[in-house]
Amino acid sequence: MIRGEAMTGNVIEVSDLTKTFGELKAVDHVSFEVQEGEIFGFLGPNGAGKTTTINMLTTVQRPSAGQAKVAGHDIAHDALGVRRSIGLVPQEYTADEDLTGIENLLLVARLYDIPKPEARKRADELLTLVQLKDAADRTVETYSGGMRRRLELACGLINRPKVLFLDEPTLGLDVQTRAAVWQYIRLLKEQYHMTLFMTTHYLEEADNLCDRIAIIDHGKIVALDTPATLKASLGGDIVEIQVNGVPTGDLEQAVRGIPSVREVKPSNGGYRLTVINGEETAPLILDAIRGLNLKLSRISIAKPTLDEVYLDRTGRSMREMEGSREDVFRQRITMRRARP
Amino acid sequence: MSGLVALTGRELKKWYKQPFVLFISLVQPIIWMGLFGKAFNLSALAPPGTPAGSGFLITFGVSDYFSYMAVGMLSFVVLFATMFSGMSIVWDRRLGFLNKVLSTPASRGSIVLSKVLIAVIRALVQAGIVLVAAVILGLQVSAAFNPVFLLGVFASLFLMSVGLSSLFVAIAIRSSRWETQMAIMNLMNLPLLFASNALFPTSLMPDWLRAFAQVNPVTYGTDAARQLILLSPNWTSVTNDFLFLGTFAAVFAGIGIVLSWRYLSK
Repeated sequence: MIRGEAMTGNVIEVSDLTKTFGELKAVDHVSFEVQEGEIFGFLGPNGAGKTTTINMLTTVQRPSAGQAKVAGHDIAHDALGVRRSIGLVPQEYTADEDLTGIENLLLVARLYDIPKPEARKRADELLTLVQLKDAADRTVETYSGGMRRRLELACGLINRPKVLFLDEPTLGLDVQTRAAVWQYIRLLKEQYHMTLFMTTHYLEEADNLCDRIAIIDHGKIVALDTPATLKASLGGDIVEIQVNGVPTGDLEQAVRGIPSVREVKPSNGGYRLTVINGEETAPLILDAIRGLNLKLSRISIAKPTLDEVYLDRTGRSMREMEGSREDVFRQRITMRRARP
Repeated sequence: MSGLVALTGRELKKWYKQPFVLFISLVQPIIWMGLFGKAFNLSALAPPGTPAGSGFLITFGVSDYFSYMAVGMLSFVVLFATMFSGMSIVWDRRLGFLNKVLSTPASRGSIVLSKVLIAVIRALVQAGIVLVAAVILGLQVSAAFNPVFLLGVFASLFLMSVGLSSLFVAIAIRSSRWETQMAIMNLMNLPLLFASNALFPTSLMPDWLRAFAQVNPVTYGTDAARQLILLSPNWTSVTNDFLFLGTFAAVFAGIGIVLSWRYLSK
């Protein structure tokens, strides 16, 4: 077989990829494939190994063990081949603040050895696409967070990559700007027929945008599938109930008796139930409570989210996680610069 | 190669777009010349009419201390300008720019070489301005001085700055903390400056200090410049200076490039 990717349709093939820093296993025997044309998301809290994985796949860091092929090139033995066929939009704002938008784009173009006339043409086209044409001759210092992100996107695309790596592409941006940035990303993906590999710790973002998601925790992939399948794997909706007074064992017995209730766990002085079809089950729960002469004080029905999937696979909620000092510092710089 | 040009061009643009930074970096050596050079009027120890064989003339080789130290200031400028090459690689790492470049086909060596090259350009431009300022403030060039000698002066400063900036880049190459880098710079700059002949002749130093001064590249760069600007050059010792500086530059530039291949990516 000459070209693995052509046979399988996989643009990225990773097997047992591992990176250790001293004692710490930042990425621990990770294996997965990314198909041509999909948006593949790496979801996890800070310090889970997302950026380290991107760094290895983009040949910025060398793996400690394992193999990976990107666009048919081995990351260890054909790093140059990988570099020529990928684009990277790092988490940080890497455009030089003292230079103008167009100067930054032309600088990156030169790093890819793109001849000047061609570079100008592409820079022009990209600046138009991300609507920075009017700001092209202003120094990046004067850009807002959203404009900077768009410029970073343009910089990542100047070499027309087959695979675009996006590391936390909307970190620190407000909700509206995030949505706008994602519109641009989708537009660019259509325009250039790329495969996207992205990391994020925004659950909704991963849910809405990615074709498939790998949930990563402590350097290991704990779940990998489409967002819909992952959520369905929880087995139903989440209903939380609280009653006036101390709940008794009778109540637990009673709700367990309802056929569509699959799981009951005590939570916050009440119960957290996993049920099939929350809307139809809720009245049955209510009846059960009334039957015991108890009074319901609170009820909530939630469709499963990726956070619940994360909670289910790791035992922790992702929203509560904190990263290492170094991660937090890098993110703080990025967030500060995202503000206009 | 185009990576080297692009990365150096970036730094060059950043530099000339901020003329204030250049101005500030020139104020310090000029203040030193004005205060230190004029206040330490060591020439008063050898008033006019002192016989040619007197101690001061033999020790310093010239009759006025200002000219002596003003040439030393050229080394001072080179030392301080090159020191920031290490700093700049630390910032590139911190701000993510380094990773971005590492993901492109640009060669690892060109990342380090661009830092060295820009430091050299800055050092030489600043040294040129300081030399002009020194002449205005009263530096007396020798009768033998000519354009070829001037070229020689810059050649020696060039070699010294290649070596020094490679050294500072090599120290910074794995660091992501600019605090560490600052501390290292502060630790190194004064010893490199004072344990050399930039401000005082090594012959006045105690033996242990002179031993250090004799392996300090600043001593050789200053000696070459001083011989060419102030004295009638002793060609054996000028050749020696150039041999030492050439070796120093080649060795450390080599080390810098080897380290960049090994350690730029962690």
